[in-house]
Amino acid sequence: MSDVAASPNRRRGIVSLTLMAGIMLVGLHIAIGLLTLVWLPYEPNAFTGGRLEGASLAHWVGTDRLGRDLFTQLMIGSRIALTVGLGAVAIGATIGVSIGILAAFASRWLDDALAATLDILIAFPTLLIAMLVVAASDTASLGSAIVALGIALSAIVARLTRILAKRVLVMDYITAARTSGSSWPKIVAIHVLPNIWPTLSVNFALQFGLAVIAEASLSYLGLGAPPPNASWGRMLQEAQGTVYTAPLGAIAPGIALVSLAIGVNLLADGLRARIDAARTLS
Amino acid sequence: MTLISVDRVSFGYTAERRILDDVSFAMESGDTVGLVGESGSGKTTLLRLLLGLARPDSGTITFDGASLDPRNAAFMRQFRRQAQIVFQDPYSSLDPRQKISSIIAEPLRSLRIPGDHRQMVADALSSVGLDADAAGRYPHQFSGGQRQRIAIARAIVAGPRLLLADEAVSALDLTTKIRIVELLASLGTRMSLLFVSHDIGVVAALCRRIVILERSRIVESGDTAEVLARPQHPYTQRLLASVPRLSLKDTRS
Repeated sequence: MSDVAASPNRRRGIVSLTLMAGIMLVGLHIAIGLLTLVWLPYEPNAFTGGRLEGASLAHWVGTDRLGRDLFTQLMIGSRIALTVGLGAVAIGATIGVSIGILAAFASRWLDDALAATLDILIAFPTLLIAMLVVAASDTASLGSAIVALGIALSAIVARLTRILAKRVLVMDYITAARTSGSSWPKIVAIHVLPNIWPTLSVNFALQFGLAVIAEASLSYLGLGAPPPNASWGRMLQEAQGTVYTAPLGAIAPGIALVSLAIGVNLLADGLRARIDAARTLS
Repeated sequence: MTLISVDRVSFGYTAERRILDDVSFAMESGDTVGLVGESGSGKTTLLRLLLGLARPDSGTITFDGASLDPRNAAFMRQFRRQAQIVFQDPYSSLDPRQKISSIIAEPLRSLRIPGDHRQMVADALSSVGLDADAAGRYPHQFSGGQRQRIAIARAIVAGPRLLLADEAVSALDLTTKIRIVELLASLGTRMSLLFVSHDIGVVAALCRRIVILERSRIVESGDTAEVLARPQHPYTQRLLASVPRLSLKDTRS
Protein backbone atom coordinates (compact mmCIF):
# COMPACT_ATOMS: atom_id res chain seq x y z
CA MET A 1 0.00 0.00 0.00
CA SER A 2 2.70 2.47 0.95
CA ASP A 3 4.62 1.69 -2.25
CA VAL A 4 1.59 2.45 -4.34
CA ALA A 5 0.93 5.64 -2.49
CA ALA A 6 4.54 6.81 -2.58
CA SER A 7 5.26 6.54 -6.27
CA PRO A 8 2.80 9.12 -7.61
CA ASN A 9 3.98 11.56 -4.95
CA ARG A 10 7.59 11.13 -5.90
CA ARG A 11 6.74 11.60 -9.54
CA ARG A 12 4.78 14.69 -8.76
CA GLY A 13 7.93 16.15 -7.16
CA ILE A 14 9.85 15.82 -10.43
CA VAL A 15 6.90 17.16 -12.35
CA SER A 16 6.89 20.30 -10.27
CA LEU A 17 10.60 20.88 -10.87
CA THR A 18 10.19 20.81 -14.65
CA LEU A 19 7.07 22.86 -14.48
CA MET A 20 8.67 25.35 -12.10
CA ALA A 21 11.72 25.82 -14.35
CA GLY A 22 9.40 26.34 -17.32
CA ILE A 23 7.21 28.79 -15.47
CA MET A 24 10.25 30.72 -14.25
CA LEU A 25 11.87 31.04 -17.68
CA VAL A 26 8.65 31.95 -19.45
CA GLY A 27 7.65 34.18 -16.53
CA LEU A 28 10.95 36.06 -16.81
CA HIS A 29 10.30 36.82 -20.47
CA ILE A 30 6.73 37.84 -19.73
CA ALA A 31 7.92 40.14 -16.95
CA ILE A 32 10.53 41.72 -19.24
CA GLY A 33 8.01 41.99 -22.07
CA LEU A 34 5.51 43.77 -19.82
CA LEU A 35 8.24 46.00 -18.41
CA THR A 36 9.09 47.29 -21.90
CA LEU A 37 5.61 48.76 -22.12
CA VAL A 38 6.38 51.17 -19.27
CA TRP A 39 10.15 51.40 -19.02
CA LEU A 40 13.24 50.89 -21.17
CA PRO A 41 16.89 51.56 -20.25
CA TYR A 42 17.41 53.59 -23.43
CA GLU A 43 15.46 54.88 -26.36
CA PRO A 44 15.63 51.80 -28.64
CA ASN A 45 16.73 53.66 -31.77
CA ALA A 46 18.87 56.29 -30.11
CA PHE A 47 22.63 56.14 -30.67
CA THR A 48 23.56 55.99 -27.04
CA GLY A 49 27.10 54.72 -27.17
CA GLY A 50 30.06 53.95 -29.37
CA ARG A 51 29.77 51.37 -32.10
CA LEU A 52 30.07 47.71 -31.16
CA GLU A 53 30.97 48.39 -27.57
CA GLY A 54 31.46 45.42 -25.28
CA ALA A 55 29.52 44.80 -22.10
CA SER A 56 29.73 47.60 -19.56
CA LEU A 57 27.71 48.98 -16.68
CA ALA A 58 26.10 51.47 -19.02
CA HIS A 59 25.38 48.89 -21.73
CA TRP A 60 24.96 45.44 -20.14
CA VAL A 61 25.42 43.51 -23.36
CA GLY A 62 27.11 46.26 -25.37
CA THR A 63 25.92 48.16 -28.42
CA ASP A 64 25.29 47.30 -32.04
CA ARG A 65 27.17 48.67 -35.05
CA LEU A 66 25.10 51.86 -34.99
CA GLY A 67 25.75 52.38 -31.28
CA ARG A 68 22.26 51.42 -30.07
CA ASP A 69 21.90 49.65 -26.73
CA LEU A 70 21.56 45.88 -27.27
CA PHE A 71 19.94 45.15 -23.93
CA THR A 72 17.08 47.49 -24.80
CA GLN A 73 16.60 45.63 -28.06
CA LEU A 74 16.74 42.28 -26.28
CA MET A 75 13.97 43.40 -23.92
CA ILE A 76 11.80 44.54 -26.80
CA GLY A 77 12.62 41.24 -28.50
CA SER A 78 10.99 39.41 -25.57
CA ARG A 79 7.80 41.36 -26.10
CA ILE A 80 7.82 40.76 -29.85
CA ALA A 81 8.51 37.04 -29.41
CA LEU A 82 5.71 36.64 -26.87
CA THR A 83 3.30 38.66 -29.00
CA VAL A 84 4.05 36.56 -32.06
CA GLY A 85 3.89 33.31 -30.07
CA LEU A 86 0.58 34.18 -28.44
CA GLY A 87 -0.93 35.60 -31.61
CA ALA A 88 0.17 32.69 -33.78
CA VAL A 89 -1.06 30.10 -31.28
CA ALA A 90 -4.38 31.94 -30.89
CA ILE A 91 -4.90 31.98 -34.66
CA GLY A 92 -3.59 28.44 -35.12
CA ALA A 93 -5.79 27.18 -32.29
CA THR A 94 -8.93 28.91 -33.56
CA ILE A 95 -8.55 27.64 -37.12
CA GLY A 96 -7.13 24.26 -36.10
CA VAL A 97 -9.68 23.41 -33.42
CA SER A 98 -12.57 24.46 -35.69
CA ILE A 99 -11.37 22.32 -38.58
CA GLY A 100 -10.53 19.43 -36.26
CA ILE A 101 -13.98 19.41 -34.66
CA LEU A 102 -15.61 19.73 -38.08
CA ALA A 103 -13.60 16.74 -39.34
CA ALA A 104 -14.50 14.68 -36.28
CA PHE A 105 -18.19 15.23 -37.04
CA ALA A 106 -17.95 15.10 -40.80
CA SER A 107 -19.22 12.30 -42.98
CA ARG A 108 -16.62 9.73 -43.83
CA TRP A 109 -15.94 11.23 -47.23
CA LEU A 110 -15.36 14.77 -45.95
CA ASP A 111 -13.36 13.49 -43.00
CA ASP A 112 -11.02 11.54 -45.28
CA ALA A 113 -10.60 14.56 -47.53
CA LEU A 114 -9.83 16.85 -44.59
CA ALA A 115 -7.45 14.34 -43.03
CA ALA A 116 -5.54 13.95 -46.30
CA THR A 117 -5.35 17.73 -46.79
CA LEU A 118 -4.02 18.17 -43.26
CA ASP A 119 -1.41 15.46 -43.77
CA ILE A 120 -0.19 17.20 -46.93
CA LEU A 121 -0.04 20.56 -45.13
CA ILE A 122 1.84 19.02 -42.21
CA ALA A 123 4.37 17.52 -44.64
CA PHE A 124 5.50 21.07 -45.53
CA PRO A 125 7.80 22.68 -42.95
CA THR A 126 6.04 25.31 -40.83
CA LEU A 127 8.56 27.94 -41.87
CA LEU A 128 8.02 27.30 -45.56
CA ILE A 129 4.25 27.77 -45.26
CA ALA A 130 4.77 30.89 -43.15
CA MET A 131 7.18 32.32 -45.76
CA LEU A 132 4.63 31.62 -48.46
CA VAL A 133 1.90 33.44 -46.56
CA VAL A 134 4.16 36.43 -45.82
CA ALA A 135 5.25 36.55 -49.45
CA ALA A 136 1.61 36.54 -50.51
CA SER A 137 0.82 39.57 -48.33
CA ASP A 138 2.08 42.92 -49.65
CA THR A 139 4.36 44.09 -46.87
CA ALA A 140 6.23 42.26 -44.17
CA SER A 141 4.89 43.32 -40.80
CA LEU A 142 4.44 41.93 -37.34
CA GLY A 143 0.80 41.21 -38.15
CA SER A 144 1.56 39.32 -41.34
CA ALA A 145 4.16 37.22 -39.52
CA ILE A 146 1.62 36.34 -36.82
CA VAL A 147 -1.07 35.40 -39.33
CA ALA A 148 1.42 33.43 -41.41
CA LEU A 149 2.65 31.42 -38.45
CA GLY A 150 -0.89 30.92 -37.16
CA ILE A 151 -1.99 29.43 -40.45
CA ALA A 152 1.13 27.30 -40.63
CA LEU A 153 0.52 25.90 -37.14
CA SER A 154 -3.20 25.30 -37.61
CA ALA A 155 -2.80 22.05 -39.57
CA ILE A 156 -1.07 20.29 -36.69
CA VAL A 157 -3.65 21.56 -34.22
CA ALA A 158 -6.46 20.45 -36.54
CA ARG A 159 -5.09 16.95 -36.88
CA LEU A 160 -4.64 16.56 -33.13
CA THR A 161 -8.09 17.99 -32.39
CA ARG A 162 -9.70 15.63 -34.88
CA ILE A 163 -8.15 12.56 -33.27
CA LEU A 164 -8.86 13.67 -29.71
CA ALA A 165 -12.44 14.67 -30.49
CA LYS A 166 -13.14 11.37 -32.21
CA ARG A 167 -11.93 9.55 -29.13
CA VAL A 168 -14.31 11.55 -26.93
CA LEU A 169 -17.27 11.24 -29.29
CA VAL A 170 -17.49 7.47 -28.86
CA MET A 171 -17.83 7.76 -25.09
CA ASP A 172 -21.11 6.81 -23.44
CA TYR A 173 -21.38 10.22 -21.81
CA ILE A 174 -21.77 11.71 -25.27
CA THR A 175 -24.67 9.35 -26.00
CA ALA A 176 -26.08 10.20 -22.59
CA ALA A 177 -25.84 13.90 -23.46
CA ARG A 178 -27.70 13.24 -26.71
CA THR A 179 -30.46 11.30 -24.97
CA SER A 180 -30.57 14.14 -22.44
CA GLY A 181 -31.54 16.41 -25.31
CA SER A 182 -28.28 18.35 -25.66
CA SER A 183 -27.60 19.72 -29.14
CA TRP A 184 -24.32 18.96 -30.91
CA PRO A 185 -22.90 22.49 -30.46
CA LYS A 186 -23.68 22.22 -26.76
CA ILE A 187 -22.06 18.79 -26.56
CA VAL A 188 -18.91 20.19 -28.19
CA ALA A 189 -18.84 23.10 -25.77
CA ILE A 190 -19.51 21.26 -22.52
CA HIS A 191 -18.16 17.77 -23.16
CA VAL A 192 -15.75 17.61 -26.10
CA LEU A 193 -13.65 20.75 -25.63
CA PRO A 194 -13.14 20.41 -21.85
CA ASN A 195 -12.06 16.80 -22.31
CA ILE A 196 -9.57 17.45 -25.09
CA TRP A 197 -8.32 20.71 -23.58
CA PRO A 198 -5.57 19.25 -21.32
CA THR A 199 -3.84 17.52 -24.24
CA LEU A 200 -4.45 20.45 -26.56
CA SER A 201 -3.00 22.94 -24.09
CA VAL A 202 0.26 20.99 -23.93
CA ASN A 203 0.35 21.07 -27.71
CA PHE A 204 -0.35 24.80 -27.73
CA ALA A 205 2.64 25.34 -25.45
CA LEU A 206 4.85 23.37 -27.86
CA GLN A 207 3.42 25.31 -30.82
CA PHE A 208 4.20 28.52 -28.99
CA GLY A 209 7.85 27.47 -28.82
CA LEU A 210 7.81 26.62 -32.51
CA ALA A 211 6.23 29.96 -33.36
CA VAL A 212 8.88 31.88 -31.41
CA ILE A 213 11.69 30.14 -33.27
CA ALA A 214 9.90 30.44 -36.60
CA GLU A 215 9.36 34.17 -36.04
CA ALA A 216 13.10 34.57 -35.38
CA SER A 217 13.75 32.70 -38.61
CA LEU A 218 11.33 34.90 -40.54
CA SER A 219 12.93 38.04 -39.11
CA TYR A 220 16.37 36.69 -39.87
CA LEU A 221 15.29 36.31 -43.48
CA GLY A 222 13.84 39.83 -43.47
CA LEU A 223 10.23 38.57 -43.56
CA GLY A 224 9.38 39.44 -39.99
CA ALA A 225 8.66 42.67 -38.18
CA PRO A 226 10.26 45.63 -40.00
CA PRO A 227 13.13 47.60 -38.36
CA PRO A 228 11.58 49.83 -35.68
CA ASN A 229 10.62 46.59 -33.90
CA ALA A 230 13.59 44.78 -32.48
CA SER A 231 13.33 41.08 -33.07
CA TRP A 232 15.88 38.51 -31.94
CA GLY A 233 16.01 37.06 -35.43
CA ARG A 234 16.84 40.43 -36.95
CA MET A 235 19.39 41.12 -34.21
CA LEU A 236 21.08 37.84 -35.10
CA GLN A 237 21.06 38.76 -38.75
CA GLU A 238 22.52 42.21 -38.08
CA ALA A 239 25.20 40.80 -35.80
CA GLN A 240 26.22 38.23 -38.38
CA GLY A 241 28.79 40.46 -40.09
CA THR A 242 30.48 41.40 -36.85
CA VAL A 243 30.24 38.09 -35.05
CA TYR A 244 34.06 37.82 -34.67
CA THR A 245 34.68 41.39 -33.53
CA ALA A 246 31.60 41.69 -31.27
CA PRO A 247 30.33 38.17 -30.53
CA LEU A 248 27.99 39.41 -27.80
CA GLY A 249 25.70 40.90 -30.43
CA ALA A 250 24.95 37.40 -31.70
CA ILE A 251 25.28 35.46 -28.45
CA ALA A 252 22.82 37.59 -26.46
CA PRO A 253 19.77 37.27 -28.76
CA GLY A 254 20.70 33.60 -29.26
CA ILE A 255 20.54 32.98 -25.53
CA ALA A 256 17.30 34.96 -25.23
CA LEU A 257 15.70 32.90 -28.00
CA VAL A 258 16.90 29.57 -26.65
CA SER A 259 15.87 30.39 -23.07
CA LEU A 260 12.32 31.20 -24.12
CA ALA A 261 12.09 28.12 -26.35
CA ILE A 262 13.44 25.86 -23.60
CA GLY A 263 11.19 27.51 -21.03
CA VAL A 264 8.11 26.91 -23.14
CA ASN A 265 9.11 23.29 -23.76
CA LEU A 266 9.75 22.67 -20.07
CA LEU A 267 6.37 24.19 -19.34
CA ALA A 268 4.70 21.91 -21.88
CA ASP A 269 6.54 18.89 -20.54
CA GLY A 270 5.63 19.75 -16.96
CA LEU A 271 2.00 20.23 -17.92
CA ARG A 272 1.93 16.91 -19.73
CA ALA A 273 3.45 15.04 -16.78
CA ARG A 274 0.94 16.67 -14.50
CA ILE A 275 -1.97 15.63 -16.70
CA ASP A 276 -0.58 12.08 -16.94
CA ALA A 277 -0.27 11.95 -13.16
CA ALA A 278 -3.85 13.17 -12.76
CA ARG A 279 -5.01 10.52 -15.21
CA THR A 280 -3.18 7.75 -13.37
CA LEU A 281 -4.71 8.86 -10.09
CA SER A 282 -8.22 8.94 -11.48
CA MET B 1 -51.78 0.73 -22.21
CA THR B 2 -49.00 0.17 -24.71
CA LEU B 3 -46.00 2.38 -24.04
CA ILE B 4 -43.64 1.14 -26.70
CA SER B 5 -44.48 -0.81 -29.76
CA VAL B 6 -41.84 -2.14 -32.11
CA ASP B 7 -43.40 -3.29 -35.34
CA ARG B 8 -41.48 -5.36 -37.89
CA VAL B 9 -38.29 -3.36 -37.43
CA SER B 10 -35.20 -4.16 -39.48
CA PHE B 11 -31.87 -2.42 -39.35
CA GLY B 12 -28.55 -3.12 -41.02
CA TYR B 13 -26.17 -1.84 -43.58
CA THR B 14 -26.68 -4.64 -46.05
CA ALA B 15 -29.43 -7.20 -46.47
CA GLU B 16 -26.96 -10.03 -45.84
CA ARG B 17 -25.71 -8.55 -42.60
CA ARG B 18 -28.86 -7.51 -40.82
CA ILE B 19 -28.31 -6.30 -37.27
CA LEU B 20 -32.03 -6.49 -36.58
CA ASP B 21 -34.34 -8.58 -38.72
CA ASP B 22 -38.11 -8.17 -38.57
CA VAL B 23 -38.22 -7.49 -34.84
CA SER B 24 -41.61 -6.91 -33.18
CA PHE B 25 -42.54 -6.56 -29.56
CA ALA B 26 -44.64 -4.36 -27.35
CA MET B 27 -44.19 -3.07 -23.85
CA GLU B 28 -47.01 -2.05 -21.55
CA SER B 29 -46.84 1.04 -19.41
CA GLY B 30 -45.47 0.15 -15.97
CA ASP B 31 -44.02 -3.13 -17.16
CA THR B 32 -40.53 -4.46 -16.56
CA VAL B 33 -39.14 -6.22 -19.61
CA GLY B 34 -35.84 -8.03 -19.93
CA LEU B 35 -34.23 -8.12 -23.34
CA VAL B 36 -31.83 -11.05 -23.36
CA GLY B 37 -29.30 -12.05 -25.96
CA GLU B 38 -25.59 -12.57 -26.34
CA SER B 39 -23.10 -10.07 -27.71
CA GLY B 40 -23.80 -9.24 -31.33
CA SER B 41 -27.44 -10.30 -31.16
CA GLY B 42 -28.58 -6.73 -31.83
CA LYS B 43 -29.59 -5.66 -28.32
CA THR B 44 -27.64 -2.45 -28.27
CA THR B 45 -28.77 -1.51 -31.77
CA LEU B 46 -32.38 -2.05 -30.74
CA LEU B 47 -31.80 0.27 -27.78
CA ARG B 48 -30.32 2.94 -30.07
CA LEU B 49 -33.43 2.72 -32.23
CA LEU B 50 -35.68 2.91 -29.17
CA LEU B 51 -33.83 6.04 -28.06
CA GLY B 52 -34.23 7.66 -31.44
CA LEU B 53 -30.46 7.79 -31.98
CA ALA B 54 -30.92 6.01 -35.29
CA ARG B 55 -33.84 5.21 -37.57
CA PRO B 56 -34.89 1.71 -38.56
CA ASP B 57 -34.43 0.80 -42.23
CA SER B 58 -37.93 -0.59 -42.23
CA GLY B 59 -40.73 -0.99 -39.75
CA THR B 60 -41.98 1.47 -37.16
CA ILE B 61 -41.46 2.22 -33.51
CA THR B 62 -44.18 4.04 -31.62
CA PHE B 63 -43.96 5.59 -28.20
CA ASP B 64 -47.23 6.27 -26.44
CA GLY B 65 -49.04 5.84 -29.73
CA ALA B 66 -46.92 8.37 -31.65
CA SER B 67 -44.33 7.40 -34.22
CA LEU B 68 -40.77 7.81 -32.96
CA ASP B 69 -39.10 10.02 -35.54
CA PRO B 70 -35.65 11.44 -34.75
CA ARG B 71 -36.20 14.19 -37.34
CA ASN B 72 -39.21 15.56 -35.50
CA ALA B 73 -37.47 17.90 -33.05
CA ALA B 74 -40.56 18.89 -31.09
CA PHE B 75 -41.59 15.29 -30.57
CA MET B 76 -38.06 14.25 -29.65
CA ARG B 77 -37.86 16.93 -26.97
CA GLN B 78 -41.00 15.53 -25.35
CA PHE B 79 -39.74 12.00 -25.86
CA ARG B 80 -36.28 12.64 -24.33
CA ARG B 81 -38.01 13.73 -21.17
CA GLN B 82 -39.86 10.44 -20.99
CA ALA B 83 -37.17 7.93 -21.93
CA GLN B 84 -33.69 7.79 -20.45
CA ILE B 85 -30.84 5.29 -20.46
CA VAL B 86 -28.25 3.82 -18.11
CA PHE B 87 -25.14 2.38 -19.73
CA GLN B 88 -22.99 -0.62 -19.02
CA ASP B 89 -19.67 1.08 -18.34
CA PRO B 90 -19.92 3.42 -15.34
CA TYR B 91 -16.51 4.82 -16.23
CA SER B 92 -17.24 6.05 -19.73
CA SER B 93 -20.80 7.15 -19.05
CA LEU B 94 -19.89 10.07 -16.79
CA ASP B 95 -17.93 13.03 -18.16
CA PRO B 96 -14.72 13.04 -16.07
CA ARG B 97 -14.43 16.81 -16.22
CA GLN B 98 -17.85 17.65 -14.88
CA LYS B 99 -19.07 17.77 -11.33
CA ILE B 100 -21.79 15.31 -10.37
CA SER B 101 -24.26 18.18 -10.03
CA SER B 102 -23.69 19.22 -13.67
CA ILE B 103 -23.84 15.64 -14.89
CA ILE B 104 -27.17 14.94 -13.23
CA ALA B 105 -28.62 18.34 -14.13
CA GLU B 106 -27.78 18.02 -17.83
CA PRO B 107 -31.21 16.63 -18.86
CA LEU B 108 -32.90 19.36 -16.81
CA ARG B 109 -30.89 22.07 -18.53
CA SER B 110 -31.00 20.66 -22.04
CA LEU B 111 -34.69 19.82 -21.94
CA ARG B 112 -35.41 23.17 -20.26
CA ILE B 113 -37.34 21.60 -17.46
CA PRO B 114 -38.60 24.27 -15.07
CA GLY B 115 -38.06 24.07 -11.33
CA ASP B 116 -35.31 24.20 -8.75
CA HIS B 117 -32.63 22.12 -10.46
CA ARG B 118 -30.44 21.98 -7.39
CA GLN B 119 -33.27 20.47 -5.38
CA MET B 120 -34.17 18.06 -8.17
CA VAL B 121 -30.54 16.86 -8.32
CA ALA B 122 -30.53 16.37 -4.55
CA ASP B 123 -33.78 14.39 -4.78
CA ALA B 124 -32.39 12.22 -7.57
CA LEU B 125 -29.24 11.55 -5.54
CA SER B 126 -31.26 10.55 -2.52
CA SER B 127 -33.48 8.22 -4.54
CA VAL B 128 -30.39 6.33 -5.71
CA GLY B 129 -29.03 6.20 -2.17
CA LEU B 130 -26.27 8.79 -2.39
CA ASP B 131 -25.64 11.73 -0.08
CA ALA B 132 -26.46 15.21 -1.32
CA ASP B 133 -22.82 16.26 -0.88
CA ALA B 134 -21.88 13.96 -3.76
CA ALA B 135 -23.11 16.75 -6.05
CA GLY B 136 -19.97 18.81 -5.52
CA ARG B 137 -17.53 16.05 -6.41
CA TYR B 138 -16.10 14.57 -9.61
CA PRO B 139 -16.71 11.08 -11.05
CA HIS B 140 -13.19 9.79 -10.27
CA GLN B 141 -13.91 10.19 -6.57
CA PHE B 142 -16.52 7.41 -6.75
CA SER B 143 -16.44 3.63 -7.08
CA GLY B 144 -17.97 1.76 -10.00
CA GLY B 145 -21.18 1.03 -8.13
CA GLN B 146 -21.52 4.62 -6.95
CA ARG B 147 -20.92 5.86 -10.48
CA GLN B 148 -23.68 3.60 -11.71
CA ARG B 149 -25.96 5.13 -9.09
CA ILE B 150 -25.00 8.58 -10.39
CA ALA B 151 -25.78 7.47 -13.95
CA ILE B 152 -29.16 6.22 -12.74
CA ALA B 153 -29.76 9.53 -10.94
CA ARG B 154 -29.12 11.37 -14.23
CA ALA B 155 -31.53 9.02 -16.00
CA ILE B 156 -34.37 9.55 -13.52
CA VAL B 157 -33.91 13.23 -12.64
CA ALA B 158 -36.30 14.44 -15.35
CA GLY B 159 -38.94 11.95 -14.19
CA PRO B 160 -39.01 9.64 -17.22
CA ARG B 161 -41.73 7.08 -17.78
CA LEU B 162 -39.34 4.65 -19.39
CA LEU B 163 -35.91 3.68 -18.16
CA LEU B 164 -33.65 1.73 -20.49
CA ALA B 165 -30.72 -0.11 -18.98
CA ASP B 166 -28.01 -1.40 -21.30
CA GLU B 167 -26.15 -4.15 -19.42
CA ALA B 168 -26.30 -1.75 -16.50
CA VAL B 169 -24.97 -4.20 -13.93
CA SER B 170 -22.65 -6.34 -16.07
CA ALA B 171 -19.51 -4.39 -15.21
CA LEU B 172 -20.11 -4.49 -11.46
CA ASP B 173 -18.90 -6.97 -8.86
CA LEU B 174 -21.45 -9.34 -7.36
CA THR B 175 -22.44 -7.51 -4.19
CA THR B 176 -22.62 -4.17 -5.99
CA LYS B 177 -24.59 -5.81 -8.75
CA ILE B 178 -27.20 -7.05 -6.28
CA ARG B 179 -27.57 -3.58 -4.77
CA ILE B 180 -27.98 -1.91 -8.15
CA VAL B 181 -30.53 -4.56 -9.20
CA GLU B 182 -32.44 -3.82 -6.00
CA LEU B 183 -32.31 -0.13 -6.79
CA LEU B 184 -33.58 -0.71 -10.34
CA ALA B 185 -36.32 -3.00 -8.99
CA SER B 186 -37.49 -0.25 -6.65
CA LEU B 187 -37.46 2.24 -9.52
CA GLY B 188 -39.40 -0.29 -11.59
CA THR B 189 -42.41 0.34 -9.38
CA ARG B 190 -42.37 4.00 -10.45
CA MET B 191 -41.59 3.68 -14.14
CA SER B 192 -41.40 1.20 -16.98
CA LEU B 193 -38.09 -0.58 -17.21
CA LEU B 194 -36.49 -2.16 -20.25
CA PHE B 195 -33.51 -4.07 -19.02
CA VAL B 196 -31.05 -5.30 -21.62
CA SER B 197 -28.71 -8.03 -20.47
CA HIS B 198 -26.99 -11.26 -21.33
CA ASP B 199 -27.40 -12.29 -17.71
CA ILE B 200 -30.61 -14.28 -17.51
CA GLY B 201 -30.35 -14.56 -13.72
CA VAL B 202 -30.54 -10.81 -13.26
CA VAL B 203 -33.41 -10.58 -15.74
CA ALA B 204 -35.27 -13.30 -13.85
CA ALA B 205 -34.90 -11.33 -10.64
CA LEU B 206 -35.94 -8.02 -12.12
CA CYS B 207 -38.30 -8.45 -15.02
CA ARG B 208 -41.87 -9.59 -15.29
CA ARG B 209 -41.59 -10.22 -19.00
CA ILE B 210 -38.71 -11.44 -21.12
CA VAL B 211 -37.79 -11.06 -24.78
CA ILE B 212 -35.08 -13.30 -26.16
CA LEU B 213 -33.02 -12.10 -29.09
CA GLU B 214 -30.77 -14.38 -31.07
CA ARG B 215 -28.82 -13.33 -34.13
CA SER B 216 -30.94 -10.30 -35.05
CA ARG B 217 -34.30 -11.98 -34.44
CA ILE B 218 -36.65 -12.38 -31.52
CA VAL B 219 -36.89 -16.10 -30.89
CA GLU B 220 -39.08 -16.17 -27.83
CA SER B 221 -40.93 -13.80 -25.55
CA GLY B 222 -43.47 -13.94 -22.77
CA ASP B 223 -43.93 -14.01 -19.04
CA THR B 224 -40.49 -14.44 -17.47
CA ALA B 225 -41.50 -17.19 -15.06
CA GLU B 226 -43.27 -19.08 -17.83
CA VAL B 227 -40.49 -18.79 -20.38
CA LEU B 228 -37.87 -19.86 -17.88
CA ALA B 229 -39.99 -22.74 -16.63
CA ARG B 230 -40.88 -24.04 -20.10
CA PRO B 231 -38.47 -22.66 -22.68
CA GLN B 232 -39.73 -23.45 -26.18
CA HIS B 233 -36.92 -22.33 -28.46
CA PRO B 234 -33.67 -24.34 -28.51
CA TYR B 235 -31.64 -21.15 -27.99
CA THR B 236 -33.57 -20.30 -24.83
CA GLN B 237 -33.05 -23.83 -23.61
CA ARG B 238 -29.30 -23.58 -24.22
CA LEU B 239 -29.23 -20.18 -22.53
CA LEU B 240 -30.95 -21.59 -19.46
CA ALA B 241 -28.73 -24.64 -19.35
CA SER B 242 -25.69 -22.39 -19.20
CA VAL B 243 -26.90 -20.41 -16.18
CA PRO B 244 -25.06 -21.23 -12.97
CA ARG B 245 -27.56 -23.03 -10.70
CA LEU B 246 -26.96 -20.89 -7.67
CA SER B 247 -27.93 -17.55 -9.19
CA LEU B 248 -31.07 -18.99 -10.77
CA LYS B 249 -32.26 -20.46 -7.48
CA ASP B 250 -31.52 -17.22 -5.65
CA THR B 251 -33.38 -15.02 -8.02
CA ARG B 252 -36.45 -17.01 -8.91
CA SER B 253 -38.68 -15.73 -6.13
